[in-house]
Amino acid sequence: MSIGSRRFHVLPGFNLALGYTIAYLSLIVLLPLSAVLFKTLTLSFGQFWDIVSAPRVVASFKLSFGASLVAAAINAVFGLMLAWCLVRYRIPGKKLIDALVDLPFALPTAVAGIALTAIYAPNGWIGSLLEPRGIKVAFTPLGVLVALVFIGLPFVVRTVQPILEDLETELEEAAASLGAQRWQTFRHVLLPILTPALLTGFALAFARAVGEYGSVIFIAGNMPMVSEIAPLMIITKLEQYDYAGATAIALAMLMLSFVLLLAINALQGWNASLRTRKPGGKS
Amino acid sequence: MAAAGALHVPAGAVGVGIGHFDYQASPATREANWLRWTLLTLALGFFAVFLLLPLVAVFFEALRKGWGTYLTALADPDALSAIRLTLLAAAISVPLNLVFGISAAWAIAKFEFRGKQFLITLIDLPFSVSPVIAGLVWVLIFGAQGWIGPWAAEHDLKIIFAVPGIVLATIFVTFPFVARELIPLMEAQGREEEEAAIVLGASGWQAFWRVTLPNVKWGLLYGVILCNARAMGEFGAVSVVSGHIRGLTNTLPLHVEILYNEYNFAAAFAVASILALLALVTLALKTFVEYRHAIAMAATTEQNQ
Repeated sequence: MSIGSRRFHVLPGFNLALGYTIAYLSLIVLLPLSAVLFKTLTLSFGQFWDIVSAPRVVASFKLSFGASLVAAAINAVFGLMLAWCLVRYRIPGKKLIDALVDLPFALPTAVAGIALTAIYAPNGWIGSLLEPRGIKVAFTPLGVLVALVFIGLPFVVRTVQPILEDLETELEEAAASLGAQRWQTFRHVLLPILTPALLTGFALAFARAVGEYGSVIFIAGNMPMVSEIAPLMIITKLEQYDYAGATAIALAMLMLSFVLLLAINALQGWNASLRTRKPGGKS
Repeated sequence: MAAAGALHVPAGAVGVGIGHFDYQASPATREANWLRWTLLTLALGFFAVFLLLPLVAVFFEALRKGWGTYLTALADPDALSAIRLTLLAAAISVPLNLVFGISAAWAIAKFEFRGKQFLITLIDLPFSVSPVIAGLVWVLIFGAQGWIGPWAAEHDLKIIFAVPGIVLATIFVTFPFVARELIPLMEAQGREEEEAAIVLGASGWQAFWRVTLPNVKWGLLYGVILCNARAMGEFGAVSVVSGHIRGLTNTLPLHVEILYNEYNFAAAFAVASILALLALVTLALKTFVEYRHAIAMAATTEQNQ
């Protein structure tokens, strides 16, 4: 491994590379994002508060954050199961399943959106099964949830799977030889090791779901107060040329995402420290 | 690392360890049959309903009215111009973010400096920003009421509701992909090899082209593939800046939306099936690159032993 910090570099190009990195980052990301802040500053705090606390906006925040939390929780449970099955069991076509887990990353969100709508609409493959039982998915908040579950699944699988693959079976053998039941081994030996990765996957899925737009708007039905998500409120304000209003909502969302980002980074630090501490890990 | 940052699966972690160890052979790592079958049914059922079904639905709906309708929808001039614009946006944004990714990874992975971790967090920012906000920022700068908007209008430069806006929004959302892949990879490889090259008289560029690049080529390709998929599939951000002018500022995903909102479902799904095919090609390439990378990594480990 390389030695820590040193004063003299043999390698050239540091100033050029760092300079270009910071210039490009500022031009493409930081400066444009700062526009959100400056635009919001043209509002007084009272105006800002009126915009973000309007009932329709609050309802959209509740839906976005509520549905994202539930979707991330569902993904944590089923993502863990799927990762477990992919690592531990023999499944025909496992490589194919494994590759397709990343589909939500690769499939454009608009395509996912119309496909899910077609499936869950009252005349769709699943919608027509649920309709007689009085369950409506498409064009309700439940539809929002379905889209967010789709979009978030790979995050959990892809953070948990490498940890499961790295696990030494010795731990489980020791637990079993000490008389632990399989469930006890899972609960007291495996779950504590998997928790940081699970939480990271949960947080990543949640963060993605809160901002998600394309896959949701088709299936949501977008009824005010009922099935409007927060990003849609930004679009709605923009279409009314209410730039300040759109920006105020954007700033509120950005602040929440930033808090999430810090939490995710902390979780990943925890995750990484657990992985490197373990001897023989592929980290 | 946030949102799509999880795309960064340490290449080689997936697919390599799978199936090499029979966990069901030892009683210590074996589950009871009923439990195994319950887990498998739930996990694979979930996979089938949430991932497989939407994919199948796209192609089913696209071909529902037969190949004739399908091909007509694709040969439509508006669809063709949407394809051209999508390719153009990707052709501009991917190389720009590739150069940025290499430069950021060189600075971050090969040198020590203060605030490095903070810089990495900033690079990840576009992943944690809603795509709608990624479009909004360009409207705030170049829009009619924006910072540069009035000046641009005076000089007859159209940026928002025009192609440059779409390109800018695409660059923003695909910004971290290559850097995200390269930084951990180049950090793991250290700098001894490059230092040796320099000491032996190579120039910085030679060290980069002959030593660094061959070492990271699979990771680089991986990042480019993901970057390209997102560039071609982005919807929310380009939707904000596009203005939805048919034949002029419509990318493929926006064209899907327009057709869908006109209740022209067969055509919408026909165009969507192109994007779904693109997604499948992306996944196939990605799996191939992971496989090659795992082989390359295994070879290096063997050499070092």
